[in-house]
Amino acid sequence: MAAITAPAYRSFPIIPALIPGAMEGAGPYVSSDKINEAVGFPGHLVDDWHDKAIAKMGDLLSKYRSLKVYMDACVHCGACSDKCHYFIGTQDPKNMPVARQDLMRSVYRRYFTLPGKLFPKLVGARDLTKEVLDEWHNYFHQCSECRRCSVFCPYGIDTAEVTMAAREILDSVGYSQKYSIEIIGKVHRIGNNLGLPAPALRDTLEGLEEDVKDATGIDVRFPMDVHGAEVLLVTPSADFFAEPHIDSLIGYAKVFHATGTSWTLSSMSSEAGNFGMFIGNYDQLRTIALRIRQAALELGVKRIVVGECGHAWRVAYSFWNTLSGVGDGADPNDRFAQMLQKQLDHRYRQPTHICEFTWDMIENERLVFDKSLNDKYIITFHDSCNVARGSSMGGYPGGQFEIPRNIIKAVANNYYDMDPSTTHERTFCCGGGGGLLTDDLMEVRVKGALPRMEVLHHVAEDHGVNFMACICAICKAQFTKILPVYGFDRRVVGGVHQLVSNAIKLGVK
Amino acid sequence: MNTLLAIFFYLSTLVFVVGLLARIRTYANTPAPLKIPTTPAPTTTGGVVLRMTREVVFFESLFKANLWTWALGWLFHFSMLLVVLRHLRYFTDPVWEWVALIQPFGMYAGITMLLGLMGLLGRRLLVERIRYISTPSDHLMLVLFIGIAASGLLMKFAVNPDVIGVKSFFLGLMHLTIQPLPTSYLLYAHLSLVCTLMVIFPVSKLLHAPGVFFSPTRNQTDNPREKRHIAAWAAKMESEK
Ligand code: HEM
Ligand code: SF4
Ligand code: SF4
Repeated sequence: MAAITAPAYRSFPIIPALIPGAMEGAGPYVSSDKINEAVGFPGHLVDDWHDKAIAKMGDLLSKYRSLKVYMDACVHCGACSDKCHYFIGTQDPKNMPVARQDLMRSVYRRYFTLPGKLFPKLVGARDLTKEVLDEWHNYFHQCSECRRCSVFCPYGIDTAEVTMAAREILDSVGYSQKYSIEIIGKVHRIGNNLGLPAPALRDTLEGLEEDVKDATGIDVRFPMDVHGAEVLLVTPSADFFAEPHIDSLIGYAKVFHATGTSWTLSSMSSEAGNFGMFIGNYDQLRTIALRIRQAALELGVKRIVVGECGHAWRVAYSFWNTLSGVGDGADPNDRFAQMLQKQLDHRYRQPTHICEFTWDMIENERLVFDKSLNDKYIITFHDSCNVARGSSMGGYPGGQFEIPRNIIKAVANNYYDMDPSTTHERTFCCGGGGGLLTDDLMEVRVKGALPRMEVLHHVAEDHGVNFMACICAICKAQFTKILPVYGFDRRVVGGVHQLVSNAIKLGVK
Repeated sequence: MNTLLAIFFYLSTLVFVVGLLARIRTYANTPAPLKIPTTPAPTTTGGVVLRMTREVVFFESLFKANLWTWALGWLFHFSMLLVVLRHLRYFTDPVWEWVALIQPFGMYAGITMLLGLMGLLGRRLLVERIRYISTPSDHLMLVLFIGIAASGLLMKFAVNPDVIGVKSFFLGLMHLTIQPLPTSYLLYAHLSLVCTLMVIFPVSKLLHAPGVFFSPTRNQTDNPREKRHIAAWAAKMESEK
């Protein structure tokens, strides 16, 4: 892996020339029989994969309006073609969003449209061959489902929806991606993506209590499975042991401590992440989300708060109400959702992002900070794609951009934004999202990080920025690995609540 | 020739209307199980209407994406809109007042439409990325539009067939009678190309016109926490267990 080097920064962001086939064969490992079967997928490529795949495609076309409309509507205008970080970093034309969609659209046209059946060459339709399937496996795993392309498409065509559908078809014929399926298996078996069993988790939390006590002299608790707590905190499992994630977990605990909030983690649902979304599988997405519903019901909590994780927040904010009833406004006859919604306290938004929680407390003057404790940092903020383009905060458009920045400015003195063409809804993915955070995709990850690294480099040169805050476990893990490849220190990345943790004064109010 | 064209017109109109309605019905009946609006997403229905209006009238997203494509595309579409409206004079008697009013603009719109189309074709041929993603049908589609626009303009500025005759032909069609059509090969070509366009419409990328209104990333309100959104097929999973 050491052989992978960073592509050169572009001196100004010109659109790169095409290098056809550049990333052929750079795709991920194929899942093994054992891993597939553990989650109920066929172990390996089934004999009648062709018919099964086409049938699955028909099924998805009838279930998802997004897919149906997006297969038809693209005019090949090319507006999206230069918007993908993987295209910019790899120059492989099949990493242009429209070309990625066309890998599937060509098959759609062949089997589901009249012109494609009659004149395949004319409309760019093609049979579903094994080569095509291989190409899907390769290039639909070089998309992080970040939806940047969708912002710029005149019809909002969302390549993420196409990627999810393609992955679902691949899974249904036994041709899955090892990394994502393995992780989903762990969630079902153990309760979190990292496979941390409850006793290990308990040990970790006790260790953290001691560490915080040593550092601050104050008994900040990290409670687990407390019945009747007000808040259930669901956070990505990386927060329990990975660096720099753990510093944000300490930050959440300090905020809860300082505001006198009774809270708990759950050993059963010790994972906010939901890889069901990455593979586009509604069943998996739902089953994984139901663990949190179950934990909330069993513990009798009034609020559900979600930690710093991008795709988890998209799932929580946009999908939980649909999947598991965590939210508000269910039909009075909707017994499934009402069962939980009656229990939750609707003076608060359900679910709540930890940044919404903290910002609320800051606004209500329930927290005190010594900003100078963050003075060694000159900070910028990386908008994580799923938070930026798949969710919101604060109940108003754009809250997901303002609230984390507000928090940073409340706890630190030095803040600079990066180039506006790469922030807010135009933000670039870290390069490791959407189920790509695995070593077998390292080349894709390094190259895909190029656009973000370029602008980070600019603010580092212009303003001396030495800390890039974000609110996503995947971003943190990806940048920790990738920053050194681009010549930065890996500790340049960290969480927003890590900064909160540095500056918060405990035992004052 | 007038009988042949009359039949072609009836058939292609039928294909166009039935095909398009069927497609729209499929879109409307296919559920959108999850909330997937893209940022900046409005939180109210009024906001969604505004957003959609901006998309359809100004091509807002395209504007953000690429100024050249936006300028050429917008020029083409709004010129085309004017041109189509101008053609209403062949179908109304007496001609509606506002249709009469826009006649002079419609004339220039024919020229700007052609310019826009040439620009789009140039882009398709010259820009490496766009050439890479283009299929033969993408080029032919532009050629078809250019054919329609060019034949129309030639009639306007060079050959001048008898427009009164054309009008009586179309009024006739509307009353299910076949009236004579002035003899002009250019006119025949113009009308056949338009019929071809109508036939192609419901099975081609021209479906972007109805499609944009059904795109979940653009037409959903961003209120997933406030209101439970669930598709019928997904709700079934809940009653099963
Ligand atoms: C709701 C109405 C419509 C909207 C919002 C819309 C929007 C767009 C946009 C944004 C593009 C991409 C930019 C470009 O290449 O021009 C496009 C392309 C195109 N549109 Fe439309 N359109 C609409 C209706 C129509 C109709 C009714 C037709 C034809 C009868 C049409 C024909 C085309 C063609 C041929 C292209 C491709 C141009 C190319 O190949 O570069 N559009 N449309
Ligand atoms: S969703 Fe993101 S990664 Fe996928 S094609 Fe679009 S821009 Fe690229
Ligand atoms: S911007 Fe949209 S319509 Fe244009 S090529 Fe990309 S996906 Fe197709």
